[in-house]
Amino acid sequence: MGDLGWIFISTLLINNFVLAYFLGLCPFLGVSNKLEVSFRLGLATIFVMVVTALCAWFLNTYVLIHAPYLRLISFIVVIASVVQLIEMAIKKTSPALFRALGIFLPLITTNCAILGLAIFATNKGYGLWEGLVYALGAGMGFTLAIVLMAGMRQEVEKVNAMPKLIRGFAFNLIISGILSMAFMGFAGLFSSS
Amino acid sequence: MAKEQLAYDEFMKGLWRENPVFVQVLGLCPLLAVTNSAINGLAMGLASFFVLLGSSILVSLFKSYIPKQVRISCFIIIIATFVTVVDYTLAAALPVIHKELGAFIPLIVANCLILGRMEAFASRNTLRMSVADAFGMGAGFLFALVSLGAVREILGVGELFGIALFGANFEPWVIMILPPGGFITLGVMLLYFNWLEEKKNKIDKQLATEDGVN
Repeated sequence: MGDLGWIFISTLLINNFVLAYFLGLCPFLGVSNKLEVSFRLGLATIFVMVVTALCAWFLNTYVLIHAPYLRLISFIVVIASVVQLIEMAIKKTSPALFRALGIFLPLITTNCAILGLAIFATNKGYGLWEGLVYALGAGMGFTLAIVLMAGMRQEVEKVNAMPKLIRGFAFNLIISGILSMAFMGFAGLFSSS
Repeated sequence: MAKEQLAYDEFMKGLWRENPVFVQVLGLCPLLAVTNSAINGLAMGLASFFVLLGSSILVSLFKSYIPKQVRISCFIIIIATFVTVVDYTLAAALPVIHKELGAFIPLIVANCLILGRMEAFASRNTLRMSVADAFGMGAGFLFALVSLGAVREILGVGELFGIALFGANFEPWVIMILPPGGFITLGVMLLYFNWLEEKKNKIDKQLATEDGVN
């Protein structure tokens, strides 16, 4: 398998952004009570992540070599404004797509998973294509995790015997722990080859 | 005197009654990612503390000059400036810890706890109260980070701040310093805080009914 494929699988499963790096926990725990909503949030996240990777690559190549100490500030400002611009464009051109993704776009822009993606990709020294594949893997990994989580939470809601004390955040964290443990199994995926 | 009392009250609110992690459940990313040992938790806590304090001071000083429409962006830029300062200072002064915390120092910017305090408190209160609030919330976050880090380090490696606690026969629970351990430890700690809260409510209710009877 080529380098790009390896980057994709590794960020999708082994180094899953949510379950191994704890990035994007706010939406992961906050918006995962409905399966359909969390799937749409995942799609919006994939989209913003790909945009982020493009912005980060552009900034790193053309701007930040002259002023590396501005990296953090410029990442935040540029990513937030580009996403806002795209949001306006989608609203104008495709109302159906806007209804599906629109409300989530501003919400996820300042999410730590987005900024984390830009910083990790920079630290790893990825080029344009590697960065894009990395973003795709990370976004799909996020979607996978949040959809699995929403599915489990919907099932758990049906259990009436659960005491009131344990419902809510504490229990969601424990489910995430178990999910994260299951994902640790993927770490052995490529060790033999 | 009354002013002292108020500031002290703000401080205790952040540290315990409205603890940002255990009660409000904010700032989870840095919290879970770096607390595989108590010392990392301490470093992360101090870094966040500094950022929170610095940006609280700036925001409360400049609150009347910041236009309402773009306040969030202004807050984020102020926070990002302080985070850059911390990042570069740590890289120069404590390179080992900086390497250990890695990309999670820049990610303090995305900590919803800090932005939340700017929006909810520092942009509406005097400098004095904002400093008290930042001290309280910062200390509360530090407390959460160190306690989570300590539990995970004790169970996962059998050490605390790098000092071995148990004899050679101790079998470490390696899972505790890996990601799942973080989720599960925090989940159990939140359960404990829920339980405390419910117990307190029960006592309050009982006192109220007794008062009614008397």
